[in-house]
This record gives sequence, structure tokens and C-alpha cells, in this order.
Amino acid sequence: MHPAPSVIVFTTLSGLGFGLLFWLGLGMPASEGWVAAVFFAIAFALSVGGLLASTFHLGHPERAVKAFSQWRSSWLSREGICAVAALSVMGLYAALVVLFGVRLSVLGWLGAALSAGTVFTTSMIYAQLRTVPRWNTALTPALFLALSLGGGALLAGQVSLAPWFLTAAAALQVAWWVRGDKALLQSGTDMASATGLGEIGTVRAFEPPHTGNNYLLREFVHVVGRKHAVKLRAIALSLGYMVPVLVLVLPFSHLMALLAVIAHVAGVAASRWLFFAEAEHVVGLYYGKR
Amino acid sequence: MTDLPEATQRKMGLVIDLDTCVGCHACVVSCKGWNTENYGAPLSDQDPYGADPSGTFLNRVHSYEVQPESGAAQLVHFPKSCLHCEDAPCVTVCPTGASYKRVEDGIVLVNESDCIGCGLCAWACPYGAREMDAAEGVMKKCTLCVDRIYNENLPEVDRVPACVRTCPAGARHFGDLGDPQSDVSRLVEARGGMDLMPEQGTKPVNKYLPPRPKDRTEPVGPGEIDILAPLLKPVAEEPRGFVGWLDKMLEKI
Ligand code: SF4
Ligand code: SF4
Repeated sequence: MHPAPSVIVFTTLSGLGFGLLFWLGLGMPASEGWVAAVFFAIAFALSVGGLLASTFHLGHPERAVKAFSQWRSSWLSREGICAVAALSVMGLYAALVVLFGVRLSVLGWLGAALSAGTVFTTSMIYAQLRTVPRWNTALTPALFLALSLGGGALLAGQVSLAPWFLTAAAALQVAWWVRGDKALLQSGTDMASATGLGEIGTVRAFEPPHTGNNYLLREFVHVVGRKHAVKLRAIALSLGYMVPVLVLVLPFSHLMALLAVIAHVAGVAASRWLFFAEAEHVVGLYYGKR
Repeated sequence: MTDLPEATQRKMGLVIDLDTCVGCHACVVSCKGWNTENYGAPLSDQDPYGADPSGTFLNRVHSYEVQPESGAAQLVHFPKSCLHCEDAPCVTVCPTGASYKRVEDGIVLVNESDCIGCGLCAWACPYGAREMDAAEGVMKKCTLCVDRIYNENLPEVDRVPACVRTCPAGARHFGDLGDPQSDVSRLVEARGGMDLMPEQGTKPVNKYLPPRPKDRTEPVGPGEIDILAPLLKPVAEEPRGFVGWLDKMLEKI
């Protein structure tokens, strides 16, 4: 799949933002006044910024409000509703905490659940697609949630919880990669089933339908060099997971914490780039590109 | 709502004969021609006369080489457009309700004024049947020429999809695949029509007729008679008559 920068920025930042909102909703940390204001501001900037970035790849962003209508069947619609609900509830919660010093725990819990729900619905947009075998697994929502809650805990300064979540996320990440590398083969979709010509013999793409480029090739057929991918995986794993965990178990300092956050964001962005760039859409089979 | 209908009254669709398709791309051209001028936004081209041309098409013809275990390879031309799936994943993922499947005839359409151009439906389609138009920012796909097949302003013979009407090889057939007595259903039955990527669970309405086995030119072993041999024999081994005389004369010079 084409690794569109807008989508990578969106899933990375909003995942982190909603993860932070989750912990803030649970009252961890239960800060007040200015400190609380800064925490909420960071969380809203990340989540709203991410959501805005995601509208950049729409052909008609001015009609985006229509996307709230199909929650019965569409995960994308559910994501939109969940995100707006989470931001509204957490906005009210934050206003009460910051302006009036009133903490309505129930409201916070609801906001936390909606924030986690937003991350889950985002992940299901990808996990539901049978056409991308690498994404089509329960490991996808598990990884997205673990990453979001781990990154959120890191931002929220949950020094004791964050390493656990990040370690779990790292394990899920590795499991996801290992499974993903076999996913297309195990999906049973290949050139033989795509063309129905497998009965006769081995199928080879002889001539593409067009000599130039097209939407399908640009959007769905992205081939990453194997060496490249291994390097990026190493970067994602060390920056995104290992560095933050190491920093968290060392004695606390603000500079180191900042470093951990920056490393984490860079690592997650690398992992998300791979998430898209390595994903093989089955339509590539028609072009003999798998 | 982008929920799929429980059942459709008819299942209009195409039957594509991979045995007769000659790969001339006439269906591609007629499709682009009809659909750029009629239903919905035109099918735009980018840099059409430049170095890197690309454009929106609703129908494209691939060509495959199939190599059997023994014998010669076979070249198969392979037209591909929306298969108007019964369990269309492109419809259920749509967040706006722009994509829908019609109850009356099973045709899968996009209401372009509702489409936000998110592209998710194209991600969900295993066949590459949907293309985002780069100029309009909305999703384009085969409409089964919904503006032809019921169009009483056209002579009856033209009330079929443009690709079917134009195919010079007669490789494309149109009809109700939900009616077991229809011509198309009987054709599918007789020729062992197949689904593409059945494991994707989309239940395509369009069917493909597999190519028939091709004639083989087996090498002739010793003692066997090649039935084609008499026909392939040189007609005159020794020049006779005037040509023979001329030949001899020329030799002597
Ligand atoms: S072929 Fe693709 S676009 Fe057409 S109905 Fe099936 S899934 Fe949808
Ligand atoms: S591109 Fe348009 S039709 Fe396709 S899923 Fe998005 S809104 Fe629906």
C-alpha cells in the first residue's frame, strides 16, 4: 500500500493523543490547574491534529460530515463518531477539571473508554480488510491499542505502567511482523485464484493493461526492498520500544523523558510507515507484482 | 445505508469468455467513451499527451501467459471490471452511504455527490475495480451502463453495456445471472463459468468462462503418421514445363 504521509501522521499522532486522553480520563495523573491544562492541551493537540491530517487525503473534505452516517456497517464511520464523542466528553471533563477544579470521575471513565474505542475503531478499518492479508488479523487492533496505551502512559508520566505496556506492544509488534510475512501466502489468494487460470498451468503476467501508471498501481502496489525493511524494523523496535523502556527504568530526569518521547514517536512513525509500505494488497497479483 | 440488501430481485452482470477474447481493448475504449460523457463525473486523464500519462478507466484488459505442465504456453487476454459482487465489501466499508447495491438489479453504484473520496472502498475491493478520479476526487466504477440498459431513447439492440455492444469477438455477454433459465446462466452452466478469487468471499455476480484447451502440435515419433504431412508437402519438388526449361537453360549458362 502507498504509505501516504497524511495517514502515517494521523495514525501516529492521534494514537498517542487518544492514549494520553485515556490515562487522563482515568485520573492518572490526577493533576489540577496549569499542570492539568498542559496535559490536556498536549492530548488534544495530538488527537485533533492527527484527525485533521487524516482529512488531507480526502477528495472532498467539505462533505466529511456525511461520514458519520453509516455506523451500522462501516468502521470508518464508527471511528469518526467515536472520535468526536471522545473529544467532546474529554473536552467537558478537562474544562471542569481545569477551570472549576471539579473532577467528575464517571465522565472521565466514559471519556477514557471512548478514547480507547477510537483507537480500536481506527485499527479495525485496517484489520477488517481481507484484501490486505497482512492487516487482516486480531493482532492489528491488539498492537494499535497496546501502542496507544503505552505511548499515552509514557506521555502521562506513568513510570510504573508504561514499561509494561510498551514491552507488551513490542512483543505484539514482533508477532505481527512474523505473522505478516507469511500472511499473503497463507491467505490462499494468488495469481491462480485471481485469474482462475491455475487449473491450466502456471500463470505469469504477460502484458499489463496500460503502459503508463494508474491509480491502482500508485495506491496499492508498493514494493519495499527486503534489506530496507529489516533496517527500518530494527529502527522502529529500538527507538519506539527499547529506548523508552530503558529510560523509564533509569532514574527520572525531564530531559531523558523528553528524549524517550521523541524516540517513541519516531519509532512508531517508522513502524507505521512499514505498516503501509509492506502491506500487500491482493490487486497487485493481477499485475504480477507480488 | 451501506448495509447490503438481503437479496436482490435480479442479478444483472457480465459473462466474459476468456476463450474468445482477442485482447483488442475495444471494450476499454467504448467504456471510457460512454462513461466519460454520461453518468456522473467524466473519466479524466492526467498528462495524456505527455511523458507520464495516466487516467481513470472502469474496465482494463490484462494479458497472461499460462504454462501447462507440458506443451506450449497459452496466452489469455483478461478483461476486468466491477463484478457487482453479492457480498460487496466495497459497499459495507463506505462511511458516507455513497456506495450502494441496488435491490432491483444488484448493480453496485456510487452516488458521487455523497462521496468524500476517502478511497476505502477501493482498498476493500480485491479486484481493483474502483479507481479514484484524480480530477474530481470521487470514486469511479463500472455502472453496468445503468444509463443504457434501461434507456428507452436507445434502439433496443443498444440497451446493453457499451463493452458488450462493442466487443467484435462476442466475448462479452450481459444478462440476469439470478435467473437459471437466462442465456447467460445457461452459458455459465455449459462452459463451467468461474468466480475470481472465490476465497475472498465476495460472491461475484460476473462470471468468467475458462479458455478451452488449445490444439496441440505433438512431435511425430518414428513409424507414426503425421496426418498433416500430405498438406504440408512442397507442391512442386522439380520445376517442370517452361519454368523447368528456363531453369535448365540458366544452369547451363
Ligand atoms: S468487484 Fe470490487 S467494486 Fe465491484 S462489487 Fe465487487 S468488491 Fe465492489
Ligand atoms: S471513496 Fe466515496 S464511495 Fe468510496 S468509501 Fe469513500 S465515500 Fe464511500
